[in-house]
Amino acid sequence: MLSAILGIFAWALVAPIVAGRSPKLGGWILAIVPAALTVWFAGFLPEIAAGGVVREVVPWIPGLDVNLSFYLDGLSLTFALMVCGIGTLIVIYCGGYLHGDPMLPRFFLYILAFMASMLGVVLADNVISLIVFWELTSVTSFLLIGYLHDSPKSRRSALQALLVTSLGGLVMMAGLILLGIVGGSFELSELAGQSDLLREHPFYLAILILILVGTFTKSAQFPFHFWLPNAMDAPTPVSAYLHSATMVKAGVYLMARLSPTLGGTEVWIYTLVGFGAFTSLLGAILAVRQTDLKRVLAYTTITALGQLTMLIGIGSVYAVETFAVYLLAHACYKGALFMGVGAIDHETGTREVGQLGGLLRLMPVTAAAVGLAAMSNAGLPPFLGFLGKEFMYSSTVGMAGSGMAGEGMPVLGWIATLAMLVSNALMLVTAGLVFVKPFLGPKVETPKHAHEAPVSLWLGPVVLSVTGLALGVFYGVLERLFVVPVAASLAGEAVEVHIYLWGGFTTPLGLSVVTVALGVALYVGWPRVKAVLDRIARALRYDSDSGWDRILKGLVSVAWWQTRVIQSGYLRHYVMFTIVFTTVAIGATMVIHRAFTMPYVSVLEAPYTAWVLALTVIAATSAAVVAKSRLVAILSLGVVGVVIALIFLLYGAPDVAITQFMVETLVVIIVALVLARLPRLTAFHRPNRRSAVRDAVISIAFGAVVTAVMLSVIDLPIPLDLSEYFATRSYTEGFGRNVVNVILVDFRAVDTLGEILVVAAAGLGAFALLKARPRRGPPETPLPETERTGGRQ
Amino acid sequence: MMDSLILRTATRLLLSLMLLFSFFILLRGHNEPGGGFIGGLIAASAFALHSIAYGPAALRQVLGFDPKTIVGGGMLCAIAAGLWSAFPGDAFLTGQWLHWGEGDAAFHVGTPLLFDIGVFLVVIGAVLTIVLSLEEEDV
Repeated sequence: MLSAILGIFAWALVAPIVAGRSPKLGGWILAIVPAALTVWFAGFLPEIAAGGVVREVVPWIPGLDVNLSFYLDGLSLTFALMVCGIGTLIVIYCGGYLHGDPMLPRFFLYILAFMASMLGVVLADNVISLIVFWELTSVTSFLLIGYLHDSPKSRRSALQALLVTSLGGLVMMAGLILLGIVGGSFELSELAGQSDLLREHPFYLAILILILVGTFTKSAQFPFHFWLPNAMDAPTPVSAYLHSATMVKAGVYLMARLSPTLGGTEVWIYTLVGFGAFTSLLGAILAVRQTDLKRVLAYTTITALGQLTMLIGIGSVYAVETFAVYLLAHACYKGALFMGVGAIDHETGTREVGQLGGLLRLMPVTAAAVGLAAMSNAGLPPFLGFLGKEFMYSSTVGMAGSGMAGEGMPVLGWIATLAMLVSNALMLVTAGLVFVKPFLGPKVETPKHAHEAPVSLWLGPVVLSVTGLALGVFYGVLERLFVVPVAASLAGEAVEVHIYLWGGFTTPLGLSVVTVALGVALYVGWPRVKAVLDRIARALRYDSDSGWDRILKGLVSVAWWQTRVIQSGYLRHYVMFTIVFTTVAIGATMVIHRAFTMPYVSVLEAPYTAWVLALTVIAATSAAVVAKSRLVAILSLGVVGVVIALIFLLYGAPDVAITQFMVETLVVIIVALVLARLPRLTAFHRPNRRSAVRDAVISIAFGAVVTAVMLSVIDLPIPLDLSEYFATRSYTEGFGRNVVNVILVDFRAVDTLGEILVVAAAGLGAFALLKARPRRGPPETPLPETERTGGRQ
Repeated sequence: MMDSLILRTATRLLLSLMLLFSFFILLRGHNEPGGGFIGGLIAASAFALHSIAYGPAALRQVLGFDPKTIVGGGMLCAIAAGLWSAFPGDAFLTGQWLHWGEGDAAFHVGTPLLFDIGVFLVVIGAVLTIVLSLEEEDV
């Protein structure tokens, strides 16, 4: 599985060359690898359906429990098939949709790298590698959403998606690491066995909240839903891919993956069902307000993600069964609809509902595909979407019963049922908006003269919508290959599920009828519904997107404020802040932890050499403080340095002493060079009583803290075994009698490598400061303003 | 630059002596006090002295390389010493040794020496980058 992921990454690197060489067939050629992988993964279906799992472990940083381990069970296989399968269609589609775009080669690089990252997310078993892939999807989707980087709107949306999802990812990382520590393993498959321990652990709630924040941001759950519709600024193939099979489903995937580990508790059920139901309702209401077809679809994705979240939360047999069905249903119809809308846009030049109509005869193939997908979206029999909706009602209504987790909560169940009823009815309205308005109805003049799209543009919608129909009709195959394995992954054990199209006159069927009736009624009255909703929205004046702008603006002004305060441009202020901060941090820590200890020190027993050196340091320091010229001050400090070198020499550290001597020498040389270029000291040094007192207080406090630390340190027993270890090993293993040097270049050479890196950086930094600065006048680069945005609702 | 005949004459002698001494310090560092860091500081002081006596342009001529190149060369040496251990399959920076002789007459040479030379060069390069930048800055 690692080779599959690395294979796509490698393929992504080759992609620009391939696409550059053959602009016409680029998409078709590049689809070969994803297609091959789809077939390869499909080969696992029988084994997984029989209840097997495949695990693959490649040690990465074994000392830290970080492995590139991968896990294939029903859930991850289904996701892998969606990622690769829909990915194949998308790559072909991209070749047609973005044909002639000069940046197309780069686009293929992005989308294939994204595909590989997403595959990594769904296959990863190790928590750390999961986080790595997770953040990689955020970064690659940032590149995809911001593909049209000339447009400020695009850039803003990309940045918004990146910030929301990657900040969520960071929060989630804390949760996952905590999970790993509490559970005693960083492998998700092993953590599932620790579920009882985890659920009763005092950290359970913290783990749950941290992880859910990450999954909610990724899967655009309320209140993080606002980034997803904005991500529509990406080219349509990206939207189709992100919405149907990948990015936004990553959060849902992880919740599903963790449901046997963390799920089933009351807080889990209430949170997921509550947020899921609310999100789905919100998404559906926002969707019917839109007139841009892509935005309509974007908001219905939010609805679907909410419904999936809710199903994971319920966690009953029906719910996990529904999850499997609905996941596939949504991937099929959403992918098809997005690509279909893209084709419409590509051929007619518009996506506005009002400007489209009567395309059926002009674009028959696209119309057929979109029609099938829309019927699945609307939840009509015998499509996959119908099965999803039926079983969804079964699971929400089933919450009134008792038995598995998520049952025996009738109130929540009925609320969820009502939310689903309304949102499904609104989904039917949006399906009508996407299919009936553009294709049926009277012919409308479009900006471009419409005709049938090329094969590359209709292949994806046709394949996906036919799959949606076929799986609904041949539900036996669906049940055996997908529903049973996925449900088992979610429940954490084998579960008995049974899919059927006709289950008799049941409550769910009744609810379906009500849904369709309500949906049709709402569709007929759509203009009026939209007007009412618009009026409500205006009255509420609430909009997460503008809230986001306000947060970002606040963040920038705080950054500005603290930059103004701390970065004054005066070196003396920087030194002062550094010293004050160090003093307070160390001093406060010592006070809080009562860390100060007083060793046995007798000044009278000190040898006379120590007295001489100490008095010299005091005299030299005093001279530096009262010095009226820089040269005197520097020379006095030089004396301090030399005395310190003598102390090293006296107590048997000749290496350190020589280094100190050399450094003092070089400091004198460098300071001499600097001094010649500085204005006279008196020009700045106006002795001001207040600043003198302030500096004295800071200096004395710093000195006191350092002294306290020194005293506490020498009070500690010196671990002699370490020096003994080095002393005995330095000749036998490092072939050197100078222990210090052997430690530097052999035992702890990595430290030294880091240190010379710092030395090199310091040298280059000085060079950059002195040589590479602008020659004349103050820097004129304007500070970045947050980008203003237009055209949002 | 200081226009002093005594300094210039002395520097001519001192430069070679100090450089020789810095090599000595570098090479003996493994067994006696010394090593790449100290050796590098001594060599850097020697070059700095030269630049005070004859000016930065003359120093550049003596060096033959830009100090930044010396920094890069040093980093390269240190990293090469670390990667060397990959050939026998050891961890990064594990010392690789060649031995001659027995007992007190034994002579060992290994990648830690290359690493120390890297440290030596980085220190020289970094210090001289600072010194030359300061000296060449137009006031």
